[in-house]
Amino acid sequence: MTVSRRTFLKTSLTASGALIVAFSGDSLVAPSSLAQGPFDTHRSHIDPSKLDSWIAVSADGTVTAYTGKCDFGQGMFTAQTQLVAEELCLSIARVKLIQCDTSVCPDQGTTSGSQSSPTNFNLRNLAQAAATARVALIAMAAKKWNEPADQLKVSEGVITSGSRQITYGELIGGQRFELPLNPDAKRRSPDQWTVLGKAVPSLDRVALVTGHFEFVHNVRVPGMLHGRVVRPPDVGAKVARVDESSVKQIPGFVKVVVRRDFVGVVAEKPWHAVQAARKLKVLWTPGIGLPTEAQYYQTVRAQPSEDDLLVDSRDVAQHLASAVTALKATYFHPYQMHGSIGSSCAVADVRPDAVTVWSATQSAYPTRSIVSKLLNVPLENVRVVYVRGSGCYGLNGADTVSFDAALLSQAVGRPVRVQLSRQDEMAWENYGAACVIEQQAALDEQGAIIAWECESWDASRGGRPGYEKPGNVVTGTLAGFDPDLIQAAAAKEPHGELHNRSNVVPSYLAGCVHGKCGGAGTIRSERVVMHSVNSPFYTGPLRSPLRLQNTFAHECFMDEICARVKADPVEFRLKHLRNERVIGAVKAAANAAGWMPRPGPNANNSGEKPAGGRGIACVAYEGDNGYAALVAEVSVDLNTGRVQLRKFTVAIDAGPISNPDGLRNQTEGGILQGASRALVERVTWDDRRITSVDWETYPSLYLDTDVPEINVVFVERKDVPATGAGETAITLVAAALGNAIFDATGARLREVPFTPERIKAALPVGAGRSA
Amino acid sequence: MSAVTLKVNGQVHNLETDPSTPLLFVLSDDLGFRGPKFGCGLAQCGACTVILRGKAVRSCVLPVGSVGEHEVTTLEGIGTPEKPHPIQQCFIEEGAVQCGFCLSGVILTAKAALDQKPQASDDELRQTLGGVLCRCFAHLRMWRAIRKYREMKKS
Repeated sequence: MTVSRRTFLKTSLTASGALIVAFSGDSLVAPSSLAQGPFDTHRSHIDPSKLDSWIAVSADGTVTAYTGKCDFGQGMFTAQTQLVAEELCLSIARVKLIQCDTSVCPDQGTTSGSQSSPTNFNLRNLAQAAATARVALIAMAAKKWNEPADQLKVSEGVITSGSRQITYGELIGGQRFELPLNPDAKRRSPDQWTVLGKAVPSLDRVALVTGHFEFVHNVRVPGMLHGRVVRPPDVGAKVARVDESSVKQIPGFVKVVVRRDFVGVVAEKPWHAVQAARKLKVLWTPGIGLPTEAQYYQTVRAQPSEDDLLVDSRDVAQHLASAVTALKATYFHPYQMHGSIGSSCAVADVRPDAVTVWSATQSAYPTRSIVSKLLNVPLENVRVVYVRGSGCYGLNGADTVSFDAALLSQAVGRPVRVQLSRQDEMAWENYGAACVIEQQAALDEQGAIIAWECESWDASRGGRPGYEKPGNVVTGTLAGFDPDLIQAAAAKEPHGELHNRSNVVPSYLAGCVHGKCGGAGTIRSERVVMHSVNSPFYTGPLRSPLRLQNTFAHECFMDEICARVKADPVEFRLKHLRNERVIGAVKAAANAAGWMPRPGPNANNSGEKPAGGRGIACVAYEGDNGYAALVAEVSVDLNTGRVQLRKFTVAIDAGPISNPDGLRNQTEGGILQGASRALVERVTWDDRRITSVDWETYPSLYLDTDVPEINVVFVERKDVPATGAGETAITLVAAALGNAIFDATGARLREVPFTPERIKAALPVGAGRSA
Repeated sequence: MSAVTLKVNGQVHNLETDPSTPLLFVLSDDLGFRGPKFGCGLAQCGACTVILRGKAVRSCVLPVGSVGEHEVTTLEGIGTPEKPHPIQQCFIEEGAVQCGFCLSGVILTAKAALDQKPQASDDELRQTLGGVLCRCFAHLRMWRAIRKYREMKKS
């Protein structure tokens, strides 16, 4: 994109025809005053209740659709294009999708939380807009011909009745619909689908594979300079003095920019900026000092906490005390990184009356709001244009680098491109939270679970900036804004009904609040409490945030119970589940994997080397946003403690599937990313700073991994709403692998990652020591 | 600053630049190539890979001044959207891509290895791909595509 803001707007004008009128004419409404949640659709200068905010038909009959949900490699561009094509009875080639440009797209908050399908593929927003447009176009033709609408046929944007025909372009091309979204406009049902539900190859594939795709890293604007940031050496360090003369001799050097503790350099060329950032002399105050990593989980448990009581039947302690058998185990999950392969990048052009930021953020409108606060410029002067970055998997450095670019551009009065160094990215990103999760269960004489208690601690700091909080990521804090911090507070009594958004409530609990039982299971003696504490490091959503950590603990503990009572892990799970969709997923996965019932682990660890094992885990993602079960098969070398992945079988129920190939791709990738997180990934630090700052100090599974077979089974239901699906499979991997390793070796791993050292240390006495 | 002549994908470019500048910066910033990308700047991930003298090399740590007369081939140099290279075609057919940022590393490393030794075993390929990262973990499909290309070379 080598265009100025003005030419880009002109292009949008041509492309979007009618819509641009709405954009320039409507008054501005502060999005935050109408915000209903981070993923939902909000009113902005573009009114999402109007059809023209979503759909425009050009004279040649092609359709332009505007969405606030963007694609970062998960396939949302293709799926949304299919959706619009399906509802308007067009082939995908005749649909042009514009995603997440705040000048023309509705505010749909943040593309995250597995909420794009629920938001845009059910009975609201983009899907409803496309259906509204089809119904309206047919009604126009019916009126013109004075015929009943239900007698008309539509195909490829042409409406026909007998020998008469008229195109969408002839009906409305270049004009506005001037209609509200019609809640009675019926969606095309999955049985009628010809485009949606098909394995359409992702539309970006050819450009990506041949190196022609434009990433945000490729955006070039005339007159653009290059910036780099200089982050503090230690956590909590502040600027004491900056010596600009230390870099003045570097060719192409333009300026050192300091705003409180934010420091950056700007130069003519990126290589000059890199050198200036390396050579700039900054005197920093000492940092705050960091808690010892080896004892960090104890530190977390000892902090003052903000507590949330999700369910409490008030009889759990009594059951635990009097039970025939009681079990207790504590699980630990480290901070992990998004670790995007591309260091984050953004371009900003800050002019006196107009600010444009080209950003890979998942949150175009919230980023617009934060940029306006950071730069102290009116909101309506800021435009954020989404341009894809490398896969983010949540809140990576895309937001913070957008703020870096905006601050630097404002300081030099020219467009600035910033690309973070690998270390800037890894030392300061918003990590997935570290967790401690303690489980207790009481069993009756028959070995059934009668009571379950789960108490968890998670350490967090900041998070998504949203519309209001620049300080939730590092750039904002350095520039003088506070992050969201935990305020210690005791839990209130559970109220309303159960929302299991973080999967902190195990699937086997009934989840009863005031007699209403929203859990997926049968256990009615239940207590679940969450403690949130402050973290010295920034945290934020990382693919399956907290859901993965909690599910690891629940599903491994369930496996421990099975082993104790010598019950088959599949049968015992089914006995304690009542949600039919989780049950369906468990049965489908077990069936596809050829599960052999077994009383407890095989733990065939005496002679056979390597030892083979299988484990299962299941989840109702966020309680009601996708259902899945995973069977993992591994072999473990008892001498080295090395795990070899043999096979994964996953069954997934996400309602009607928009694109089976896209879902399969997401599920396969999610499982291997989950394996990398379970086996090798962990953020490390010393007494001053983060020490995992590159791919040698923060390991990942590389392409040399002996990739196992992955069998993805769809349990497709077409009579229910679409759920999310991008985070469902990864949620199960650490649990299923932990259970498989236990089955193979008898070693119960309660701390991620499952390193060879930990596996060897957990082996039962006598195992693997004979060779 | 000095005069540097660089041959990329069959075209000769004359530039005024600091010869210590990494080749990647020249390719992506001075010449506007989109194939090679900045991932780590440390030769640890492969996103910046180009082919030089038949080998896959990391352009993020290679000074442009050291390239000399040898031709540099980028991901866009081996095929086009209209006529992709056979290995690119294999990746397209297998859908072996998610975000796509890593593809220079994956495709060019596998291509260089198989062009050098068309019947390289899985183990040999694994050794070559040991330093190549894909954080979307599209490994399954990538391996399918690479093996498909190996099969094509056989026939």
